[in-house]
Amino acid sequence: MPHLAVSDVRAKYGSLEVLKGISFSIEKGEIVALVGPSGSGKSTVLRALMGLTPITGGDVDLAGERLNYSSSREVRAARDRMAIVFQQYNLFQNMTVMQNLTLAPLKIKRWDRAEVEAEARRLLGLVGLSDKIDAYSDQLSGGQQQRVALARALALKPQILLLDEVTSALDPELVGEVLDAIRKLAAEGMTMVIVSHEMGFVREVADKVVFMDAGQIIEAGTPAELFDTPKTDRAQNFFSNILRH
Amino acid sequence: MNYRFQFGVVWENFPQLLEGAWLTFQLGVFAFAGGAIVGLLGAAIKTYGPWPLRLLVDTYVVFITNTPALIQIYFLYFGLPEVGLRWSNEACLLIGLTLNAGAYLTLILRAGFISVRVTEIEAGQTLGMSLIQQIRYIVMPHIAKSIYPALANFFIVVLVMGTSVGALIGVDELTGQAINLSSVNYRWLEYFTVVAGMYVVLTFIASIGLALLGRWVFRVKARIF
Amino acid sequence: MERILEQAPRFFSGPNLTLLFESAMLTLGMTLAGCLIGFGFAFVLVFLRQTPGLWALPLRLVCITYVEVFRRIPFIVVIYLVLFFIQTVTPDASLFTIAVIAICLYAVAYTADIIRGGLESVPATQVEAAQAMNLSRLQTNLRIVLPQAWPVIVPPAIAFAVSFIKDTALVSQVGVFELTFRGKELNNQGYSGILVFGTIAFCYFLLSFPLSLLGQHLEKRLATPRGERRTRKIRQP
Repeated sequence: MPHLAVSDVRAKYGSLEVLKGISFSIEKGEIVALVGPSGSGKSTVLRALMGLTPITGGDVDLAGERLNYSSSREVRAARDRMAIVFQQYNLFQNMTVMQNLTLAPLKIKRWDRAEVEAEARRLLGLVGLSDKIDAYSDQLSGGQQQRVALARALALKPQILLLDEVTSALDPELVGEVLDAIRKLAAEGMTMVIVSHEMGFVREVADKVVFMDAGQIIEAGTPAELFDTPKTDRAQNFFSNILRH
Repeated sequence: MNYRFQFGVVWENFPQLLEGAWLTFQLGVFAFAGGAIVGLLGAAIKTYGPWPLRLLVDTYVVFITNTPALIQIYFLYFGLPEVGLRWSNEACLLIGLTLNAGAYLTLILRAGFISVRVTEIEAGQTLGMSLIQQIRYIVMPHIAKSIYPALANFFIVVLVMGTSVGALIGVDELTGQAINLSSVNYRWLEYFTVVAGMYVVLTFIASIGLALLGRWVFRVKARIF
Repeated sequence: MERILEQAPRFFSGPNLTLLFESAMLTLGMTLAGCLIGFGFAFVLVFLRQTPGLWALPLRLVCITYVEVFRRIPFIVVIYLVLFFIQTVTPDASLFTIAVIAICLYAVAYTADIIRGGLESVPATQVEAAQAMNLSRLQTNLRIVLPQAWPVIVPPAIAFAVSFIKDTALVSQVGVFELTFRGKELNNQGYSGILVFGTIAFCYFLLSFPLSLLGQHLEKRLATPRGERRTRKIRQP
């Protein structure tokens, strides 16, 4: 049984259907990359999984349990098991790095403070920011902020981590440090769904690539299959365009 | 609470309240217009004038904006007769409100003056625009856009907070009428409830009018709510 | 002019000055009390107004209507309404209480808009990040939104309270012994109107001007928080 199974998920933005029946699955420890042109709905998939965009149909199963988004309680249960990192980092501006990492584990999960803080230090070490523990987000570069956001998501000990274009807002020279941090997570066996435009990186870390367009999955397969021998015209077009850049 | 509301007597005297509302509206318009002239002068001096005049305007603005309109009007109302000037209640109110609004409008209009960027005027000059054209096409749209909402908002303030001060020196605008009428038959709560409603309606009409005016004349969107 | 010069020594006598000082403190006190209480209620109002869901629609409408209506009614009308309403309910309420309630009702409407503006100035993405971590609406507001909205809320809220010191002059109409009432009393005692109301105006100025300077200073300080905020560049994919 797959770790995460998404089947026929639909979502609407007003009257516009932005997800028209999305199905894919991930095994534990796998990394799936969602790629596709802007507005194809790939970020919406992550938002829908987190209950930030309401799901209007379909099923989501995580670790053998059905996630139901029909009530706010159910949405909370789903959020309790997953974590997301946003394109714009969205670190809490009024808090230090440490407070950002420990807020939810202490106040929402109500874990033991000493353990939470020790884990936060370990994670900051993992992303290479041990010296920034008391900094505020406006004292950090974009790349540093995004690494803190990664650590913050990991501090929740999610069963699956969702990364929403985490390098798109960064200056080119800062992209590498964030990708390095994600590589480390991959090596640790973290299950991840990644939305990304960094095709080289996707090819390197992803176990499976899902190509989306206009709210639908057009093609899915291993990176090699999609990048080298795409079967559909749309995928062919997309990859030949993007790889030429 | 055993109070029984009796609105009958209020409706009997409704025409008088309407007269009061009409006077309120007139006072509001005149005080705002007068204030706008004072404010335009003040803002122009603050922006382009020599320093002694600027200091004078600054002093005027600081003193007016830090003292109550009521006291300014009392000063005219109780003070002027002592130097031999006998003005009517309405004149005291209108002059007081004009001077009061003038100070606030100096600040608002001054903000509009500042919002015009020098580079844009230079751009206009390089296009060969005359001074009139520069004012017409560059300066005015800028001022309108940056301060029209503030102006529209301030008109409502004058219309409501400003004119109602008149009731305290015996001007029969809307609040004054309410005081007069209710001191006859003691239906204070009824009168003031109705008058509150009339102020809401009056200001809504003004807000909608100003929003439409802004859209048509200045092409800016002013909020009604 | 001669009259003023002749009256001045008597007018600026010790007892008169003491009375003026006491009245000034009363003016300040009722403004402060009314605005602080009003500020607290305004938070509740804004919070209620944000309640999501269809069932809360009437609640939201009431909150919106309250703010809209009170901004369109003269303060003097509110004072009269409060005065006669309270006197009908509890005839022995003090005039000071009535004044504070009137100020409070008014302050709620104005500061609610200030607070709402402040809360809306915090990017929606901050709220989203909090939601994704399962923070409740109250937790999100208290821990994430409010601390960031504070610098946006405080300066205009202070500016409102300072400016409202002047508007409380209208409370004199119901007989609270504040500055304006004292002025009218002194004028009735035969002192020159120019002398009395010039002095009263100056008293208001002494209350209002330093506080407004303080507010402006605070605004500047709060506008530049720890370090300089980096502008976030969004690289188009």
